[in-house]
Amino acid sequence: MAVLARARSARSQRPWPETWVAAAFVAPAALVILLIVVVPLGRALWMSLFDIQLTRPGVEPFVGLGNYIDQLTSGEFWGSTGRALWFTGVSTALELALGLGLALLMDQPLRMRWLLRSIVILPWALPTIVNALMWRWIDNAEYGALNAVLTQTGVLHRYQPWLSDSDLAMWMVIGADVWKITPLVAILLLAGLQTIDREVVEVARVDGAGPLALFRHIILPLLTPVILIVLVLRTMEAFKVFDIIWIMTHGGPANSTQTIAIYAYQTAYQGFDFGRGAALGYLIALVIMVLAAVYLRLLGRTGRT
Amino acid sequence: MRHTQGRTSAVRSVAALMAGLVVVLAACGGPGSSSSSGTSGGTVTLNTIFMKQAAYSEDDVKAMTDAFMAENPNIKVNLEFVAYEALHDKIVTDQAGGAGQYDTVLVDTPWPAEFADAKIIQDITDKIPADFKSGVFDTAWTSAGYKGKYWGVPWINDTKFFFYNKKMLADAGITSVPKTWDEVITAAKAIKQKGTVEFPLVWSWTQAEAVICDWAELAGSMGGADFVDDSGNATFNTGGGLAALEFMKKSIDDGLTNPASLGFIEDDVNKTVGAGQAAMALNWTYGLSVLNDPAKSTVAGQIAVAAAPGTADTATAGVNGGMSIALTTSTKHPDEALKFALWMASQKMQEKYDANTLPEWKASFEDPAVTKAAPELFAAAKEQFAALVTRPVVPYYTKLSSALQVAIQEALKGTKTPKEALDEVAAKLPDLQK
Amino acid sequence: MSASQRINAQPRGRPTARRLLRRAFLYLGMGLALLVVLAPFAWLLISSVAEPVDLLRRPLRWIPEHIAFDRFAALTFGSSADSTALGFRAALLNSTIIATTVTVVSLVVGTLAAYAFARLRFPGRSWLILAFMATYMLPPIALILPLYQIMSALHLRDTPLALIIIYASFVTPFVIWIMRGYIASISSELDDAARIDGCSRLAVLWRVIVPVALPGLVSTGLLAFLMAWDEFLYALIMTQTNASKTLPVALNDFIGRFGLDFGLLASGGVIAALPPVIIAFVFQRYIVAGLASGGVKG
Repeated sequence: MAVLARARSARSQRPWPETWVAAAFVAPAALVILLIVVVPLGRALWMSLFDIQLTRPGVEPFVGLGNYIDQLTSGEFWGSTGRALWFTGVSTALELALGLGLALLMDQPLRMRWLLRSIVILPWALPTIVNALMWRWIDNAEYGALNAVLTQTGVLHRYQPWLSDSDLAMWMVIGADVWKITPLVAILLLAGLQTIDREVVEVARVDGAGPLALFRHIILPLLTPVILIVLVLRTMEAFKVFDIIWIMTHGGPANSTQTIAIYAYQTAYQGFDFGRGAALGYLIALVIMVLAAVYLRLLGRTGRT
Repeated sequence: MRHTQGRTSAVRSVAALMAGLVVVLAACGGPGSSSSSGTSGGTVTLNTIFMKQAAYSEDDVKAMTDAFMAENPNIKVNLEFVAYEALHDKIVTDQAGGAGQYDTVLVDTPWPAEFADAKIIQDITDKIPADFKSGVFDTAWTSAGYKGKYWGVPWINDTKFFFYNKKMLADAGITSVPKTWDEVITAAKAIKQKGTVEFPLVWSWTQAEAVICDWAELAGSMGGADFVDDSGNATFNTGGGLAALEFMKKSIDDGLTNPASLGFIEDDVNKTVGAGQAAMALNWTYGLSVLNDPAKSTVAGQIAVAAAPGTADTATAGVNGGMSIALTTSTKHPDEALKFALWMASQKMQEKYDANTLPEWKASFEDPAVTKAAPELFAAAKEQFAALVTRPVVPYYTKLSSALQVAIQEALKGTKTPKEALDEVAAKLPDLQK
Repeated sequence: MSASQRINAQPRGRPTARRLLRRAFLYLGMGLALLVVLAPFAWLLISSVAEPVDLLRRPLRWIPEHIAFDRFAALTFGSSADSTALGFRAALLNSTIIATTVTVVSLVVGTLAAYAFARLRFPGRSWLILAFMATYMLPPIALILPLYQIMSALHLRDTPLALIIIYASFVTPFVIWIMRGYIASISSELDDAARIDGCSRLAVLWRVIVPVALPGLVSTGLLAFLMAWDEFLYALIMTQTNASKTLPVALNDFIGRFGLDFGLLASGGVIAALPPVIIAFVFQRYIVAGLASGGVKG
């Protein structure tokens, strides 16, 4: 009662500026995110403007955008960026396709559905390092389980060197990533499926639409916002992929799995060029930002609130 | 008024939240060891970094360190163990950023050049006792040498020995251990003919330092492994380097080397031999005990070791895969740090813990009490340790190695001829040297 | 019933055969999915109880000759004299502490900020969120050197706190990103009603929004937990001893310079996968429901 009375009298007061409230709400996050990191963020940006070679300490000439221009005109940069885009494109597409299939499956009124839904989390929960080493072990040319399965079922006649072949290695790496991430995508899509208004579906079905048509014309369009959100998340992660590829192939054979993040690491820690390494880091962030912006545009157009 | 109260209570709530946050963060400080080099009341603290699962096991290193601390009660040593792969990066991160927390670091053979130029480690040539210099194998010192000076104390001495399956060789009618690479090829052909295994030879030729090690060892006996001459010109595309690469390619073309070798690291080589899928291979010291362990190998008891084969001109050559303990430039206690390094590398310590790695002292190889642990291995080592070849000791080694790895792989795959591949890297050399 | 259930429900009168065929097809699909998901994991388990030599045989025997659980026993209950096991258990503890703290902190701090971004208007809103996302978008390699320096200067090297701070800095933007979508999809009429009743903004958040978005919070929390649980590069560089080593680093330590006991790594990996799986299992009903209640709908 007293609260309401105070409220009524309060309405005549000038409300606290929204900006101040916003500041109070955002301040803790800003503190957590930026406090320790803002200095390294700035320092890395600063470093990227100099020519810093570790084996030449003390001599660090200012080069402005020189490092950036160097990279943007370097074949290896574009090669590794291309590979990162290929990895991102293929793995995301596969994860989406398989994840959608899995999600539709998990949505069916099947017995033991709870089993599928619980088990499916396992690949995602396995630490990346274990996942990468496990697949390296499975793909091994001499004693890998993959070769064993394929030869014992008669699909292949001889053991194949999956990870030593420049053309195959990238596919094996993509496979390991897809195995781990598809469950995550499936769960996110499953949630999306459950929000679809059944009335719309019912009406369409009564009109005589078969399951395939229903999927194409009703479900898919309604699921698009979810798919786009998943796409944004996965694209950002996949483009800067490092751990899984590094552990499985170190970027080889013959640089065939060298993505941009691996190239950046090699530039800094093996080439001892920390100026260019920092520049590469920011270039990666730039590409991700552009990709994210593109997706957000698309998201906006689909009428997202 | 309610709004004012609302504003105040909002502020208060947020403030309380943030205070709580700070408390939580502070409480989670954890039992972190404040590992900064320090002196407190006469005690000197050293921070060191070693490798896990190394030639000396973690327990061995701890035992050696405990013994050191017992002898030197005013020195405390903090040990850190990391996987080998992480060693280089952790050292660089620590020293390059200027944090400089380590007093001694474990460095691998190719690193002294780049670390010295980057002023990460310091020159200790004048501080090493004379008996150390003369007592340790001369070629072992190359793992710590650069520009005529020594930048560390050799601690682990290792090279790639020649492992062979006695039974397979005997079955193919080969009675004596191959002593030259030509004999190896003959033996391999005989074994392949007999049908014992499809590919008698297996190597670690993946795109990593491993392939450079094999290549250098082969080149060492085929004309020399001085890949870059003193003026910085490439010599790897002629002489030993070229001959070695051509040998490698031919062995694949002749069907003697397992083509999967292009993706193999040393572990894979060991496992292939251990699975009975290969007859002969090069590998580091650790390989022998694994291959003869029934829990890890199907051919336990059949594997023997000898010094690496050579050619008519050079009896044997071994790639130097040793590691040394170096002092950082950031250390505030160089004397204590050196004392620690010399202790760890001393004859006494090395002989006591030689279960997994060979000592680097010449005297140890003459002492039957020591050699009886593995007479074959010691005999092979005695020969090979006196003929170690070092990969180029240049500050741009990592870049050179990366370029060479790609080139060697291209040559082995057949995309380029060995001469073409190596010439390309030689042409790039001035760029790499920048 | 969900949408696809409605699609797939057959009206009475259709031939039973077709329905049975359809169901058989679906069960087959489910079986296949389970197989693909579980097969590598099964192999992981087999490797962890087999002797190394059994895994090298050709043709490969799927059930190893010798089965021993000592690796699991050693890692879980082994004596402290076994430095590997000791390190592993210490890492398990560190990872749990770090991941839990990061999750709690980022959820609290992130939801606060997400509310502001979703509901309030203020200058520089779009720039600020971009700045926040920068830490998430930059690969670790760019920041590792300066971060190490700062942590050393603050004497935070080899402490869990260092990792908590670093992880929170890129997990929080992620939380903000997702929770902003959640909160934006919750009708602001709820907000208005509460404010008319005299609630401060904070009270609105705490009493109205959070309960409605709770399932979303839980699912975001799980994602955040896993991000912190799985991180490798920062952990590798910032940790030195068992005081702060996390699971990915401890598992990486199993890799010797020349050899890898895959069985041991497999055992470690299986144990390391358990906490996230348990958490996911416990909160399962929230997760799907939560994501459904508007989170992913955007």
